[in-house]
Amino acid sequence: MAEHEEHTGHGQAHYVRIWGILLVLLLISVLGPVLAPHIEDAAAGAGAHFLKGWMIVILTAFGIAVYKAYLVAANFMHLNIEKRYITLLLTTMLTLMLLFFAGVSPDVMKHKGQNWENVAAEAEIDRALKAQESNAHSGEHHDGAEH
Amino acid sequence: MVVAKRGAARVGDDPLNGVDMAEAGSITVDTHEAPHHEQSFWGKWVFPTDHKMIAMQYMFTGIAMALIGGYMSYAFRMQLAFPGQSVPGYGIVSQGEYNALVTNHGTIMIFWVAMPMLIAAFGNFLIPLMIGADDMVFPRINRLSYQIFLISAIVLVASFFVPGGGFGGAWTAYPPLSANSAYNLTPLGASFWIVAVALEFVAFLLGGINFITTLMNSRAPGMKMYDIPMVLWMIVIASILFMASVGPLIAGAVMLFMDQVVGTAFFDPTRGGDPILWQHLFWFFGHPEVYVVLLPAMGMVADVMCTFARKKLFNYKLILFTVFATGIISFFVWAHHQFIAGIDPRMANVFTVTTLIISVPVGEMLFLYIATLYGGSIQLTTPMLWALSFIAEFLIGGVTGIFLGASGADIYFHDTYFVLAHFHYTFFPIAIIGFYTGITFWFPKMFGKMMNETLGKIHFWGTIIAFNCIFIPLFILGAAGQHRRIYNFQNFPDLAGMQDLRVFATAALLVMLAFQLVFLFNFVMSLLKGKPAGKNPWKANTLEWTAASPPPHGNWPEGLPNCYRGPYEYSVPGREDDYWPQNVPPDTAPAE
Amino acid sequence: MTTRPIATTRSATGIPTGKLAVWWVIVSEIVIFGGLLASYIMHRLGHPEWAGYASHTNAWFGGINTFVLLTSSLSAVLAHHAAEQGDGKKAAKWLVGTCFGGLTFIGIKAVEWTIEIQHGYTITANGFWQFYYTAAGLHALHVIAGCVIMLIIANDARKQLELQRVELIGIYWHFVDIVWIFLFPLLYIAK
Repeated sequence: MAEHEEHTGHGQAHYVRIWGILLVLLLISVLGPVLAPHIEDAAAGAGAHFLKGWMIVILTAFGIAVYKAYLVAANFMHLNIEKRYITLLLTTMLTLMLLFFAGVSPDVMKHKGQNWENVAAEAEIDRALKAQESNAHSGEHHDGAEH
Repeated sequence: MVVAKRGAARVGDDPLNGVDMAEAGSITVDTHEAPHHEQSFWGKWVFPTDHKMIAMQYMFTGIAMALIGGYMSYAFRMQLAFPGQSVPGYGIVSQGEYNALVTNHGTIMIFWVAMPMLIAAFGNFLIPLMIGADDMVFPRINRLSYQIFLISAIVLVASFFVPGGGFGGAWTAYPPLSANSAYNLTPLGASFWIVAVALEFVAFLLGGINFITTLMNSRAPGMKMYDIPMVLWMIVIASILFMASVGPLIAGAVMLFMDQVVGTAFFDPTRGGDPILWQHLFWFFGHPEVYVVLLPAMGMVADVMCTFARKKLFNYKLILFTVFATGIISFFVWAHHQFIAGIDPRMANVFTVTTLIISVPVGEMLFLYIATLYGGSIQLTTPMLWALSFIAEFLIGGVTGIFLGASGADIYFHDTYFVLAHFHYTFFPIAIIGFYTGITFWFPKMFGKMMNETLGKIHFWGTIIAFNCIFIPLFILGAAGQHRRIYNFQNFPDLAGMQDLRVFATAALLVMLAFQLVFLFNFVMSLLKGKPAGKNPWKANTLEWTAASPPPHGNWPEGLPNCYRGPYEYSVPGREDDYWPQNVPPDTAPAE
Repeated sequence: MTTRPIATTRSATGIPTGKLAVWWVIVSEIVIFGGLLASYIMHRLGHPEWAGYASHTNAWFGGINTFVLLTSSLSAVLAHHAAEQGDGKKAAKWLVGTCFGGLTFIGIKAVEWTIEIQHGYTITANGFWQFYYTAAGLHALHVIAGCVIMLIIANDARKQLELQRVELIGIYWHFVDIVWIFLFPLLYIAK
């Protein structure tokens, strides 16, 4: 029965298995930032200097998120047996969001461009980073209520 | 694709359960009797689920809001023509009130007139009738969408009466002006405004789901994709464009509301926020939105043209794919509204190119419409006059858009009356001409009576001539450098001398408003005393003309029709009649 | 129950109308959350000081909530499985369980936010926190709305009515879960 269920992508055992995989992935993504510095050191020791901590975090946190989303969408929402154009429709919406990001980030994410500079944002970043530095130096960890 | 079996429900509950869906939509004659139930007064008139009634609710609400929006344009144009003087029927227009009037005129006309009348009213009325269904697939969600829409309208109108008055930050609501009450001086009005707009979006999302699902799934047996009347394609594609584009603005509306009420700094540059983000969020929706309203109007024009030229639509498939292309490209042009806002010039280059590109498919559609007319037996009925004027006026609107799409020229034209005249030459054909095209054409079906042709033609000519007299002067004023959203041009020495043009435009507006009384009179008189219309007074092909006028609850109590051919089989060679309705079974002998 | 138009029962596409409609709802929700999250990501990448602010979110709270939602997704799909086999009562039980998971999520969030607000991390504290509360708040509203609808459908399912709706609320619920799957790293992990 378990094989039949696995084959059709249906059935209680199959869903529970997927859930188990999801939990394992969750654990990895939570441990990612904790283990990242150690992995980075180990990689550097083995000669792979390009592997940075933040890359590991991105991979574990976001790569896993994408895969988790895929597992839920394909298996729980049954997109794996749904008509193809539904998946096409949903991915088109995601593509639109990429388009939105691509069109807006040159103005909002970047604070400098061809003949323009977002002085207010840069001033704010400077101020906040300085305040965080001074907090760290003075030993206090209380930068919660800042602007 | 294997469809998993659904659980079995009680017999008679839901025929879907356990049935192979592929068979349910096959070509079988649907003589299943429409569900009959007695409708109470409340159930029929106040809280209807019948799509035709809901359509009427949207339409009359839209007409009421149009009167309000038109009144607003009267007040502020009188102020511009005769600055500082008391406006008859309004009083003195103060600076703050001027801002509120222009803001709410724009907001009302787009969200509470164009969208409800073109999409919600005609979509609700036509979709089930033209596909041979007895109602929308979700009648109660349909009812809910109107109720939310009505609440949104009430919230907006209420905003005029709160302390501080209606929102005065322009329909585009750019922050920090819209986010900070110290700047816009209408704190309550601003919040009411954003809540009203957000509610309207929710109403149209709900309505759109109904339209899309109904058209996709509930077509008459035999109606294939290319047998669907163009107006329905257009309304549904518009709904899809709306659904795909409004999300970022809903997110933005939440952010703006938080800035206004909670004191966050999403758009406050002094506290790390970015006002340009709002502009992008707004226009990412705002540009597809203009196609959301354009497409239904073009669809109605197509159906009317074919009926009164007795000719099939020129290359239906090409028009359809052009519409798809237009819809897709419309997502790539939005920042042409922001050329001088401080966006990166390299992005401006990109958006100039895409904006100029989008003029190609739209222009192509106009050419295809003209090709439809070529060689036809044209009957200049009132609906046909409106449809033809749509093409002419929208052409002017579209061509002037090209000036604005070129970022270099836009540096000069942005925020002048040139832009304003451009978008009135597009929006007026869309909202007003489109509405009149549809209402004069489908009035017989909706109400069972014919409208008076003479009054219709008087109304048409008065409106069109007056409309051009309003906005051509505004092109001239805009090219001379007259800026938008200014209360009194006498304060500008370079522009003060052109006051005659402003007075002329205002006088033309008064004439145009007066001619709308002709329409209202015609409407009411025809309702009461018009000639009985019969089922198919225009000898048209589409399925709605086979139902009674007006159709009863359930549309075809005698049995839903089937569809045997496309919607535009007019003047088919070898046939005696110059039209061939979709529901007539094929002749046993070949036509040729 | 209610008289349903013939229109609702037709299915020219092969997908039942209810399910088709829910997919379109998901379409519109993708762009709503997408717009909000894209805006957040732009700001986050452009403001290096937000990393410092974000370090004060508690990944354990976030992780536990992720576990709760993933488990509730499991119970939602098990409800669908039961409904497919015609067992309305079992489906209703699983749906109530899913709803309980949703309410647990909200409860944990309430505790978490109380702690954060008491430490001074309010919505107006700075740019990061305003996005944090807005995004998670919008998500939480969707969780609550989903729970309400789920209970209504569970009530019908218990009486063997409208069993096809179990799958539909499930699809919505899985989408809400997927949004959280992305919110979790965006708000809690990336520091």
